[in-house]
Amino acid sequence: MQTVTVEKQLEKRNAVETKDLNVYYGSFHALKNVRLSIKEKAVTALIGPSGCGKSTFLRTINRMNDMIPNFRVEGKVLVKNKDVYAPDTDVVELRKNVGMVFQRPNPFPMSIYDNVAYGPRIHGIKKKQDLDIIVERSLKYAALWDEVKDRLHKSALGLSGGQQQRLVIARVLAVEPEVILMDEPASALDPISTAKIEQLILELKEKYTIIIVTHNMQQAARVSDDTAFFLNGEVVEFAGTKDMFTRPKNPQTESYISGRFG
Amino acid sequence: MARPVFEERLEDLNKTLLNMGFLVQEAIYKAVKSLTDKNTRLAQEVLQDDEKINALEVEIEKKCFELIALQQPVGKDLRRIATMLKVSTDLERMGDHAVSISKTTIRLEKEQYAKPLIDIPKMADIVKEMVQEVLEAFVNQDQEKAVQVSKKDDQIDELFGNIFMEVSELMQKNPEMIRQGPYFLLVAQNLERIGDYVTNMCEWIVYLQTAKLVDLN
Repeated sequence: MQTVTVEKQLEKRNAVETKDLNVYYGSFHALKNVRLSIKEKAVTALIGPSGCGKSTFLRTINRMNDMIPNFRVEGKVLVKNKDVYAPDTDVVELRKNVGMVFQRPNPFPMSIYDNVAYGPRIHGIKKKQDLDIIVERSLKYAALWDEVKDRLHKSALGLSGGQQQRLVIARVLAVEPEVILMDEPASALDPISTAKIEQLILELKEKYTIIIVTHNMQQAARVSDDTAFFLNGEVVEFAGTKDMFTRPKNPQTESYISGRFG
Repeated sequence: MARPVFEERLEDLNKTLLNMGFLVQEAIYKAVKSLTDKNTRLAQEVLQDDEKINALEVEIEKKCFELIALQQPVGKDLRRIATMLKVSTDLERMGDHAVSISKTTIRLEKEQYAKPLIDIPKMADIVKEMVQEVLEAFVNQDQEKAVQVSKKDDQIDELFGNIFMEVSELMQKNPEMIRQGPYFLLVAQNLERIGDYVTNMCEWIVYLQTAKLVDLN
């Protein structure tokens, strides 16, 4: 007999799911039996002390860890129900679909326009008209268009830190990802730029799934819908952010978020 | 505008609080009218509608705690949220006093009032005015108006004193008055307490603006 699961209209599906995920750097067991279901078109924050595995987890999703020697994965990492570690995975395509923003803005040493157009060009879009549309759209989504529209052909390195980070986001958006990974995207920025990035994240989640690693718990509280608390490679608690910060279930979570750890 | 999500949530909370204020205002109006008109149906309405007031207090508390946890308000933002928490409690207690007045209406259903009610409606009129004006002062964040409103509480206290003396004398002269006299004292006290809660609200409006905790009683 077939079992049919009916999803309620209002329930979001999982964009990313991990099943019994174990990650090793050589003999170091970096992630232990991680089971997380990350909702689509929502912001999920990963918090925890340094070395807890949250950045490792993030980089496992788009296989950035592949570049680290002695890296080994067990278990499943599903993006839109497809295991990204399956042998037939196109890693280039994966990284187009799952974009990444790093702590330090890393604009390419070229014009603002060329930064955003870089990805689409690599993926075969050559016509100037098409690229113009993509560049404008991406810069608008990244809330940067108004500030740069009159100097698109100037170097990206002339932008401020906050602008550079939004340019990097525009670059990610240009290849139309479904998931955006952010590894402490605002920690190198001043408070005003941070506020702009946070506001941008809240706007982007209408269309994209966002997973953000942050050391700043208050930021996690402000921007995210769900939060996962990592400790020593394990997920201690995963809950709606509202619940996590008003009534966490686990005493270790309570200690961490109230700054009483250690 | 920075933090539009936070601003939106504060605004939403503000509207919920004002809604609660209007319900309480209505409850007081209906409660007193039920007593003066001997209208037990109206009194019952106040009792039933009190659930809505209580539910709003719970909702406001929950939202305030969430805002504190999730948005880390400081400065005036924090005072705003603190004020809303305190004011919602005061409003809920005012609602309870309106219920108490309505219960008196129901208890006195079969009693003919020994004398026409004069000072109680007078007290009630001033209380209703104070509630209306404190809500206006809250909306407009008008601390000067809040201070003016709080001064009317003296009139309430004076009327309460008068009613207490008058009813005590009546009960001494005519022991039959025991059947209704204490109830009128209770109603007068309910109104007097509402006046005190309005004064509390005035103090919180001043705090919101000035960051100073004052005693306006």
